[in-house]
Amino acid sequence: MELINLGVRSIFVDNMIFAYFLGMCSYLAVSKNVKTAVGLGAAVTFVLTLTVPLNWAIYNFILKKGALGWISADLATLDLSFLTLIIFISVIAAFVQLLEMLIEKFSPALYGALGIFLPLIAVNCSILGGALFMLGRPYGLAEATVFGLGSGIGWLLAVVALAAIREKIKYSEVPAPMRGLGITFVLVGLMSFGFLSFLGFTL
Amino acid sequence: MAENTATVEEVKEIVSEPLFSKKNRKLITDPLDGDNPITVQVLGICSALAITAQMKPALVMGVAVVFVMCCSSLVTSLIRNTIPSSIRIVVQLAVIATFVIVVNELLLAFVYDVAKDLGAFIGLIITNCIVMGRLEAFATNNKPWPSFLDALGNAFGYAIILVIVAFFRELLGAGSLFGFKVFEAVGLDYQGNGLMLLPAGAAIVVGLLIWAQRSWNGYVEEA
Repeated sequence: MELINLGVRSIFVDNMIFAYFLGMCSYLAVSKNVKTAVGLGAAVTFVLTLTVPLNWAIYNFILKKGALGWISADLATLDLSFLTLIIFISVIAAFVQLLEMLIEKFSPALYGALGIFLPLIAVNCSILGGALFMLGRPYGLAEATVFGLGSGIGWLLAVVALAAIREKIKYSEVPAPMRGLGITFVLVGLMSFGFLSFLGFTL
Repeated sequence: MAENTATVEEVKEIVSEPLFSKKNRKLITDPLDGDNPITVQVLGICSALAITAQMKPALVMGVAVVFVMCCSSLVTSLIRNTIPSSIRIVVQLAVIATFVIVVNELLLAFVYDVAKDLGAFIGLIITNCIVMGRLEAFATNNKPWPSFLDALGNAFGYAIILVIVAFFRELLGAGSLFGFKVFEAVGLDYQGNGLMLLPAGAAIVVGLLIWAQRSWNGYVEEA
């Protein structure tokens, strides 16, 4: 029950886009049509679901102060947490690279569909952001996984919704300097405003 | 033959180019308006929206990004000929991450409260597309000095937007600047507009800023 609650919260209340504005660059770049938005959203969800628990494990068993105690008592006083950032980004980049190779080998169809989006994910702020937010919260392995999955779904939802609106807005008369980026930002603001209604929402 | 001419041109460039030639000055001034990283290139949006509720964190973030960008552009440009292109992304990330760690430790040591406010967003400079984007687009195939200037210009273009957005959000949202109550000081009673402090307000302010800038310089995007 706790886990379902956490999942729903990370999809709607703590939405990566509307509450933290993470992953905005690719969010704005690929939200021009629904099909590519779904592809990238799915890829982000997948990577977030796997890298958040992976980074959780690395932080708790290797980097945290005293975490190396399970190897030998001599290492119990070691604090490697200053390496957190560089380790996390390396894990994410390596994971994305690995994933790309695996998908290319086992499912060329999916590889063709995701195409150029996969390498882009390594520098999507929402992936590193998910890992860093997880640090500041008292999550266990199960919670970290659910949080990753929920954040990913929230991102997917947001990107598909914006893409659908942008497909429609092509037919509207927008003031010339506002066209493109300007109106998109205002749209995101209004959508974020809408998502505020989920505030304090629990199951 | 082609290689020969390339070398000759390069040499000529070294000889004839003064430190602040017109081309180099353009590298700094362009990103401030016509080629602004946030409002035109659409890079580095995340932090522009997330940490601009107040002036102080926005300013600290701006300075941090200037530092990280200049250093990583310089280093990447210096080693650009030794990086194999197949793993350049990982190398760039490693360079950026190293400087971000330096900034993070410095902030924790000297301005602890601001560092706590910024929290995860300092770490997120690593994936701030603007740093990566300029390394990829400029520093990997240009000499150190122009790369440094390009990074400086883009980082300032970024910091300026950050500060402008934060100015409006803090002024309208809380009626203060750097925590100083502006409206009270001039004897006005101002009810803060809470929407400005929320993420929704940030996106709308940036949208309107883009509108203002484009009305002024006449840039129109093909939809």
